[in-house]
Amino acid sequence: MIMQSEYIMNLASKGLRIDNRKPEDFREIKLEKGVTGNAEGSARIRMGKTEIMVGIKMGVGVPFPDSLDKGVLIVGAEFSPIASPSFEKGPPREEAIELARVIDRGIRESKAIDLENLCIKKGEKVWMVFIDIHILNHDGNLIDAAGLASIQALLDAKMPEYIEKEEKVNYEKRTKPFPVKFKPVPVTVVKMGESFFIDPSLEEENALGARFTITTMDNGNICAMQKGGVEALKIEEIDRIFDLAVRKAGELRKLLK
Amino acid sequence: MEEKDAGEKKAPAKEEKPQAKGLLKKEREFVVPGDKIVDSMEFLPGKNCFRDGNSIYAKKIGIVSVNGRVVSAIALNSVYDPKTDDMVIGEVTEIRDNGWVVDIKSPYHALLPLSQVGEYVDPARGDMARIYNIGDMLYCRVSQVTTAKRIDVSMLDRRTRKFHGGRILEVNPAKVPRIIGKLGSMINMIKDKTGCITIAGQNGLIWLMGEKPVQDLAIKAIRTIEKESHKDGLTNRIGEMLDKAGGAGKPAAKAEPAKTEPAKAPEKEEKK
Repeated sequence: MIMQSEYIMNLASKGLRIDNRKPEDFREIKLEKGVTGNAEGSARIRMGKTEIMVGIKMGVGVPFPDSLDKGVLIVGAEFSPIASPSFEKGPPREEAIELARVIDRGIRESKAIDLENLCIKKGEKVWMVFIDIHILNHDGNLIDAAGLASIQALLDAKMPEYIEKEEKVNYEKRTKPFPVKFKPVPVTVVKMGESFFIDPSLEEENALGARFTITTMDNGNICAMQKGGVEALKIEEIDRIFDLAVRKAGELRKLLK
Repeated sequence: MEEKDAGEKKAPAKEEKPQAKGLLKKEREFVVPGDKIVDSMEFLPGKNCFRDGNSIYAKKIGIVSVNGRVVSAIALNSVYDPKTDDMVIGEVTEIRDNGWVVDIKSPYHALLPLSQVGEYVDPARGDMARIYNIGDMLYCRVSQVTTAKRIDVSMLDRRTRKFHGGRILEVNPAKVPRIIGKLGSMINMIKDKTGCITIAGQNGLIWLMGEKPVQDLAIKAIRTIEKESHKDGLTNRIGEMLDKAGGAGKPAAKAEPAKTEPAKAPEKEEKK
């Protein structure tokens, strides 16, 4: 709604938000782990009204020809029509692909998962790790919520046993914890007029000028970035966003169990 | 005569027994879609219910209501189902050569035909956007709903208007009657006690205009009504709540006169 967006931008020019949050406030976050029994690891996050479930599934397969001694990591996002009137059935659209790729980049480039460790036999057999993100309700800031839930699901995951002789995976026996080295956490900062807000709601996302996601590791190193929206950002603004993202990522990391 | 009267009184009592037999759910019992409410031909399906064979099932999540021989479900949550003469709030999403397409938050879009605007518009001269442009919010009347769900809205009504500024609040359309109250008692109280100019559409969109603290108070009241709509004595409790928070009402009184001007016309709106 154009009128609503104008109203939000008008408030933003005074540094105010429509739901009376401070610019650097998250909505209420509830993070649970181990929510499904069938997946190797799972997590559910609620960020205000946004709700996302993430499952980790593992299997054994053939490695990609350009990385014969590395396991396979695949991130998929499912925007189910029940989550929002704007989501349709069918192949993933731009937003779903973007979400999956930003999460993938954060986990892959931070080397949170040591893919070389997931090799069973070079060139023939490797572990494949699937991170499946399901949006249950869409009220903005899907990237942060999905990123945090993905790491939580990985931390929750247990490796199933691989039976060499029968060439089968025994999903009944899951004992060894899945090796996660770092905790990359994405934080999205949006620029509305001259104000910078974190954790935009859906109404705010519809009104925003620019959005910038930075995924940082425990030590503050950047491992992924993504820019969205039509407006441009100055270098000083990106510096400011970076400081904010590192600080807020630390807060989010404390929620991980 | 007396004997006859007695006989008449007995008759309905007899009828009630077989009626109650087929009823599987109690009055005010919670049902989900597909729940069997009645297992006999003694009852008729009412609102949000349908008959299949001998049984009546619920169509929506809600509470059972039995009125004589009619069984219906009162929906707890619903999308807006347009009805003729409803006053709704919609956004203009498209301009066509025969009118404007209005999104009224229902499964179907509505059309505002050229004939339903109170002035002469010549589409050939391309001045339709001057009247209503894409993104404009309108308070309009549902003038026609066909069985095929073609919906027409009209601006030929004293209550209708185009909004300038303000914000929109989305609520559950099933709760709108409670938010408006009997003859507009609830919404008028919110208006009076907060000083926030408020217009509610039957489709679950509410337009608010006022200073931020005043608006927040009105929103708080509306959200409370939405949450506690099933409880008794709601009007009094909302009144008390607003009186307690009265501090915020004062700046409203100051802010209001400046902005009352565009809002004068719709004062009598939510009578429905």
